[in-house]
Amino acid sequence: MPKDQGIGASSKRREDVRFLTGRGQYTDDINRPNQTYAYFLRSQVAHGKINAIGTAAAAAAPGVVAVFTAKDLEGAGGVPCGWQVTDRNGEPMKEPKHPILAEGKVRHVGDPIAVVVAESLNQARDAAELIELDIDELPAVIDMRAAIAGGALVHDDVPNNLCFDWEFIGDNKAAVDEAIAGAHHVTTLELYNNRLVANAMEPRAAIGDYDSSRDEHTLYTTSQNPHVIRLLMGAFVLSIPEHKLRVVAPDVGGGFGSKIYHYAEEAFVTWAAKAVGRPIKWVADRSESFMSDAQGRDHLTKVELAMDAEGNFLALRCSTLANMGAYLSTFAPCVPTYLHGTLLAGNYKTPLIYTNVKAVFTNTVPVDAYRGAGRPEATFQIERTIDKAAREIGVDPIELRRRNFIATDAFPYQTPVAVQYDTGNYHATMDKAVAMADLGGYEARKAASAAKGKRRGLGVASYIEACGIAPSSLVGALGARAGLYEAATVRVNPTGNISVFTGSHSHGQGHETTFAQVVAEMLGCDEGAVDIVHGDTARIPFGMGTYGSRSLAVGGSAIVRSVEKIIAKGKKIAAHLMEASDTDVNFANGKFTVAGTDKAVDWGTVALTAYVPHNFPHDKLEPGLEETSFYDPANFTYPAGTYICEVEVDPDTGRVEIQSFVAADDFGNVVNPMIVEGQVHGGLAQGIGQALTENCVYNSDGQLLSASYMDYAMPRAGDVPSFAVDHSCVTPCTHNPLGVKGCGEAGAIGSPPALVNAVVDALAGLGVTHIDMPVSPGRVWAAIQAAKH
Amino acid sequence: MPSVSMTVNGKSVSGEVEGRTLLVQFLREDLKLTGTHVGCDTSQCGACVVHVNGESVKACTVLAAACDGASVATIEGMANADGSLGVIQQAFQDNHGLQCGFCTPGMVMSAADLLKRNPSPSEAEIRHWLEGNICRCTGYHNIVKSIQAAAASMGG
Amino acid sequence: MYNFDYVKPGSLAEAVEALKADEAQALGGGQTLLPTIKQRLASPSVLVDLGGCLDRGVHAVRDGDCQVGGGATHAAVAASQHAPKWLRAVAAGIGDPQVRNRGTIGGSLANNDPAADYPAAVLGSGATVTTNARSIAADDFFRGMFETALAEGEIITSVTFPTASTVGHSAVVAANYQKFAQPASLFALAGVFVAKRTDGVRVAVTGASEGGVFRWSAAEAALSGNFSADAVPAAPSADGMIGDLHGSPEYRAHLIAVLTRRAVAACG
Repeated sequence: MPKDQGIGASSKRREDVRFLTGRGQYTDDINRPNQTYAYFLRSQVAHGKINAIGTAAAAAAPGVVAVFTAKDLEGAGGVPCGWQVTDRNGEPMKEPKHPILAEGKVRHVGDPIAVVVAESLNQARDAAELIELDIDELPAVIDMRAAIAGGALVHDDVPNNLCFDWEFIGDNKAAVDEAIAGAHHVTTLELYNNRLVANAMEPRAAIGDYDSSRDEHTLYTTSQNPHVIRLLMGAFVLSIPEHKLRVVAPDVGGGFGSKIYHYAEEAFVTWAAKAVGRPIKWVADRSESFMSDAQGRDHLTKVELAMDAEGNFLALRCSTLANMGAYLSTFAPCVPTYLHGTLLAGNYKTPLIYTNVKAVFTNTVPVDAYRGAGRPEATFQIERTIDKAAREIGVDPIELRRRNFIATDAFPYQTPVAVQYDTGNYHATMDKAVAMADLGGYEARKAASAAKGKRRGLGVASYIEACGIAPSSLVGALGARAGLYEAATVRVNPTGNISVFTGSHSHGQGHETTFAQVVAEMLGCDEGAVDIVHGDTARIPFGMGTYGSRSLAVGGSAIVRSVEKIIAKGKKIAAHLMEASDTDVNFANGKFTVAGTDKAVDWGTVALTAYVPHNFPHDKLEPGLEETSFYDPANFTYPAGTYICEVEVDPDTGRVEIQSFVAADDFGNVVNPMIVEGQVHGGLAQGIGQALTENCVYNSDGQLLSASYMDYAMPRAGDVPSFAVDHSCVTPCTHNPLGVKGCGEAGAIGSPPALVNAVVDALAGLGVTHIDMPVSPGRVWAAIQAAKH
Repeated sequence: MPSVSMTVNGKSVSGEVEGRTLLVQFLREDLKLTGTHVGCDTSQCGACVVHVNGESVKACTVLAAACDGASVATIEGMANADGSLGVIQQAFQDNHGLQCGFCTPGMVMSAADLLKRNPSPSEAEIRHWLEGNICRCTGYHNIVKSIQAAAASMGG
Repeated sequence: MYNFDYVKPGSLAEAVEALKADEAQALGGGQTLLPTIKQRLASPSVLVDLGGCLDRGVHAVRDGDCQVGGGATHAAVAASQHAPKWLRAVAAGIGDPQVRNRGTIGGSLANNDPAADYPAAVLGSGATVTTNARSIAADDFFRGMFETALAEGEIITSVTFPTASTVGHSAVVAANYQKFAQPASLFALAGVFVAKRTDGVRVAVTGASEGGVFRWSAAEAALSGNFSADAVPAAPSADGMIGDLHGSPEYRAHLIAVLTRRAVAACG
């Protein structure tokens, strides 16, 4: 029988009540007394030299409080990058300044040039039209291949627009080259992993407030990690000490990576609120989000997979051009490198792997991590190439995968790309997916499609991801400029109810419910007695926030550690009350007992005693019952699984319709199955969006063509099917206390290759071997035409 | 500035608005009903869906002045009189039909209009109806399930 | 958006008068105009809301022709007993439910977006557009992308679709609209309206041409002789077709032929 609360229960989400009644508090729902409004004037050209910015007329316009340009911000630092990559020659990456407002040059459409602060947003926007811009347009650098071939430079001091030229693992190169040269068969695939816009439904927003009587700054912002923003902005941009800076990330309407980063608008409103002496509110409209939120993916890759005569993988060689955009966003450099290169073994025992990644500056919006970040790129390369290889050597794609899977008894498994998988069972999730997909009935379904003039295709993809990022010492060695632990404080209040303060941030994941389930399970209390506090640096311990499917594996583990400390201290208090030895006290079901006796004290008595310590072991303990832990994981976690997609393609129009989609995942232990399934559904739709509909496109002048929902095709309800998902294959993580692996990104990682493999399968009989994402009707039709000729 | 009067969630309200004031601005800024959200500027996302005279509309694409005399319903008016969740709201919670919650008010208001017109919609009809509402979190699976569940509890 | 005055006249005469103001613009359902104004791509001084003076109903007139009031919403047309099935289907496929609840036929036709659905139905069926001043045959109404025969300040009061055949009056016997939606905007990437009329076949195409909605005369000629999907000619030339990130001119030209075949087949 399913549990009705605690770990394993599908507890209903407590946060839903406020969201369903219109009482969520998103940043735009917050208004500060006497607030002003900021409007950012942004570049309409992709690349240009700023000769002059005339602000006098705007400053004199009705309602205008002030107009700012870069010269007003002299002394402020640039928006910092949080990860340094060292290139293969031992040189640090090129890290040009990313100013809050453009200095001397504009480098992408949307680059902010000036800000008008006014009594109303309309007045600010009206006045911005009076700003006189004298900008000489320069040739735009858009295509990555052209960018590294010389010519125009995004940054004058970055030759060939090359941020870094990185390899992984350099010592493998000679052996990989040799294996490929001598292989029985080599499958080669060139592909483009399309550029995406994260498009959390809540546009970014920020409110700056300054209290001069206390010299205290407050920033309300749409962030996945308020402490990270406080650290980056306080220490590197505005030189505000942390104790004078509070960052609040209230209800946040989705992130998907795009709200990890520190953005110029946050720094501006924080700084300018002091400059004008009034609160300043900025809310992006969606068009602004399209040209100012960090975008995702945009990798151009060549993959070579060498096999022996039996189809055993011998070596994998990849080379990638990774688009950084015009400036380095907070975590941009780690995406094509350590979040990508370390995953190139996938689920397979490929012994030799080498990749080269060139990161390139272009006159486009900065690119950074987006749901999956590096891992979808790795998975897409591997899984599309395996599919092509299977066709080339005439082996069933499922069989080829099975033949090369890391054996179930081989864990822990050391890959040739540095990471060690702790647990996994790739055959189990493959078996499960195959069973769910009813492959036995496939031929009949294919015939039925053919009878309607449609071509049916079946696509399989297996994936692994490294999440729960990450051991601080490891990522530090790889270039991270931060630790990646998580913190939690558990406070037992005097009457026994519990407040948990977590550094993780919930913006859709349901932490307020799942974290309470974990605590309730451990303390044997009602979930309702546990409250989860997050998102405010003034309330929570220093924490690193939510991304990389890390909240339960890292943030949850920190909570577990704190609860363990609470229980240990509670036992000591109980031992004192029962006049027993600490070591004889047991704790279960909310009760402290002494082994072999009928002595017992309940939770509430211990909690009250901690705060009313009249009868208390003062010689051994301090009063109170509150514990903090900083949990630094020992390893990444490695969720894995297999997805199978069935499509029907209309060869006349090129339209792809998904007929079914099954997902079998191994997430380790699961705290709330309902929420886990919801995360998978969302990830699948996002991956399907990348594969089927979404595409961020610039023209050769650097104008963003997909600049609104009129041209950027977000997946709608009719574009996706109901999904069949399963998480019953469980190999618990061995190195965190909950045995959990993380589930937030899996769907977005495994689904694009499954879908594209299915479409190519449907069209293989016509001679189609590859279609780049998105497999939109126009592209599918064009691929069919090209194959005909 | 013209003044407008309308009924919002059963209460008479009035205010001064500019010609350009959108219904969603009037609701959020003047009436402080911030449950209605703005997620785009091209009338696609549906986070701002409310009912005007019983029909779902995008409040970002209707002028406040054009709603003079109208009856408007928003997410804040969807709960039962005792404050408990209404049938559709409850179905969304029961079926995990929301994650970040930002698109949710629009989804609920859109679903309410659908169920009024079609008390027992098929999955395909629900998915087709939702083409004016974009969700980035749920993959729509549980939204569809929530609306089906709401239809069932309403006897559809 | 820039500010403007808002007026809602109670009569057509008042509306005509209000539209004489400098930079005055008529407001139908606003589903295209308001987003345009929000983007600051239009800056009217006054918006004249026609919601208070236009007929919003759908009626059977003149022995059964279908007359749609200029203020009728797409939802009203889609639900009307008096509209033929093919017209209800066109209206039911425009935009999304919320757009259909506000958007009006008059507003859609006056705007003449090159990817809108109604222009194909009006041109393809051979409907008549009636304004405060005159009646305009569909063939004379559409003048290319965003251009129509409407004079400054002229207001569409109704559209009459020929659905009843009487002596001296040709009408639609069967019709079908096939829309291939652009996945982001839900406008037509290509849309083809085929009408089998008592006096021949008309084929109107939207979404595909840089010149806006047009009649595909080669298909009309072929289908007038043999109304079957097999008779639809090969795709028209891609010259002058729209090319954008959603589809090349060649793809759009190809879709026209595919959709025409499907529309003919659906007419039965």
